[in-house]
Amino acid sequence: MHPFTYVAPRTLDEAVAVLEQHGERARPFAGGTDVLVQLRGGRFDLDAIVDLKGVPEATSLDLNGSLRIGAAVPCYRIYEDSAVAAAFPGLIDAASLIGGIQIQSRASLGGNLCNASPSADGICPLIVHSTVAVVQGPQGERRVPVEEFCTAPGVNVLGRGELLVALEVPAPARGFGAAYQRFIPRNEMDIAVAGVASALTLSDDGATIASGRIALAAVGPTPLFAAKASAFLAGKPATPETFAEAGEIASTEATPIGDMRGTAEHRIELVKVLTRRTLAIALGRAQSNR
Amino acid sequence: MTQQETPVRKVPVACTLNGQQTEFLAAPYQSLLEALREVVGLTGTKEGCNDGNCGACTVSLDGRIVDSCLVLAAEVDGKSVDTIEGMAPPHGLHPLQQAFLEEAALQCGICTPGFLVAARALLEREPHPDEHRIRLWLAGNLCRCTGYDKIVRAVQSAADKTT
Ligand SMILES: Cc1cc2nc3c(=O)[nH]c(=O)nc-3n(C[C@H](O)[C@H](O)[C@H](O)COP(=O)(O)OP(=O)(O)OC[C@H]3O[C@@H](n4cnc5c(N)ncnc54)[C@H](O)[C@@H]3O)c2cc1C
Ligand code: FES
Ligand code: FES
Repeated sequence: MHPFTYVAPRTLDEAVAVLEQHGERARPFAGGTDVLVQLRGGRFDLDAIVDLKGVPEATSLDLNGSLRIGAAVPCYRIYEDSAVAAAFPGLIDAASLIGGIQIQSRASLGGNLCNASPSADGICPLIVHSTVAVVQGPQGERRVPVEEFCTAPGVNVLGRGELLVALEVPAPARGFGAAYQRFIPRNEMDIAVAGVASALTLSDDGATIASGRIALAAVGPTPLFAAKASAFLAGKPATPETFAEAGEIASTEATPIGDMRGTAEHRIELVKVLTRRTLAIALGRAQSNR
Repeated sequence: MTQQETPVRKVPVACTLNGQQTEFLAAPYQSLLEALREVVGLTGTKEGCNDGNCGACTVSLDGRIVDSCLVLAAEVDGKSVDTIEGMAPPHGLHPLQQAFLEEAALQCGICTPGFLVAARALLEREPHPDEHRIRLWLAGNLCRCTGYDKIVRAVQSAADKTT
């Protein structure tokens, strides 16, 4: 492994300056559960690692109706916060299944997003929550919807000197519910063969879907917002038939490959099943949020 | 001064290690696992996979269990680290260590320090976890020998005794 220095900035400006100076030879470092593994595997070399855990904006978790998750906040802080867990069960589904306990002590949703793996478990739940990524760079701040953040496997929209500061999750509307499920051959500690996050908001009648969002993991080059299936949900009755049809539509939006984890056909079927199931869970959560 | 021109310098790390104030020098790219074993000389923490999958390198960092192979030594400056070496009281064994012996929860033993450190963290938080909870908590620890049942039983037995 190429020797690198360890930089621990205390401010956002310092972090941006170091990243800008080094360009591709430096990377931000949150929990390190992806980047250290990739460095050791020889995926790339670095001259500097920029630890964000000393930067206040990247390590705070603020619930104020909406939720602001600092980019380097580890998963356990999200699911052990009872107020956050009660308000955002759809995010907890992901935060509590990334790796095992040791990994959850370190791994952040920000790192999960920036790593831009198609099979990442954290990204689809953020997408269905309409989360916005707050980015800081040499030119100041910009905001990117999470569904536009990943551009190819392992590639994101960040330019030289830019880093993710935080994830802003809007306050759940009355009648909103969300859920994430993945399929893995084991019970835990594995990479998703496919994953689906669903969210829906019930109309005042409690029986009609006002709007819905569906996102798919591990069935395309990036985590994917299923636009057609999402649009289909609006105005439909919140019934198993609707959920099944949404699953059929979502499966047409998936572009899976076959690999050692599963065939493309298997992944298509999984999208249908997981869409149905996550919509049903989201409905239950929506009903208890009215 | 760019990094390419300067050789990467070692960094001083001052932490509380098993309750003792400890200082050492580590390379900035060195893992906590490597620093513990090769710089500090505490070889109880084991290396299985070096990529976060096996949990043999589990230590407690500010009260949370982590895979020390995925922590940089430089990060623990000012923090508190607890390893397997700090587990037993001066004379005797920790109840979990005793239970592992009595229940034959180890064979080759390479996974054992990691399981013990992880299980201790569980029992400190939840003194009476059920079997499902124990298995879930220990999912980040792999064992190639025992088939896990004896490990789970040992944790249950230690939990029963600390009522
Ligand atoms: C044993 C094991 C099990 C795992 N299980 C799962 C799983 O079940 N599901 C899953 O989705 N993933 C899993 N992972 C992958 C990994 O743990 C997650 O992707 C995790 O969320 C990454 O977060 P991190 O904070 O550790 O990221 P890091 O490794 O610190 O960073 C990841 C990448 O993002 C960049 N980055 C980090 N923060 C920022 C920032 N603020 N701005 C810009 N770039 C940034 C880094 O430079 C790096 O390229 C597993 C990994 C291991 C080792
Ligand atoms: S050696 Fe660290 S998890 Fe295997
Ligand atoms: S006792 Fe040999 S790996 Fe667990």
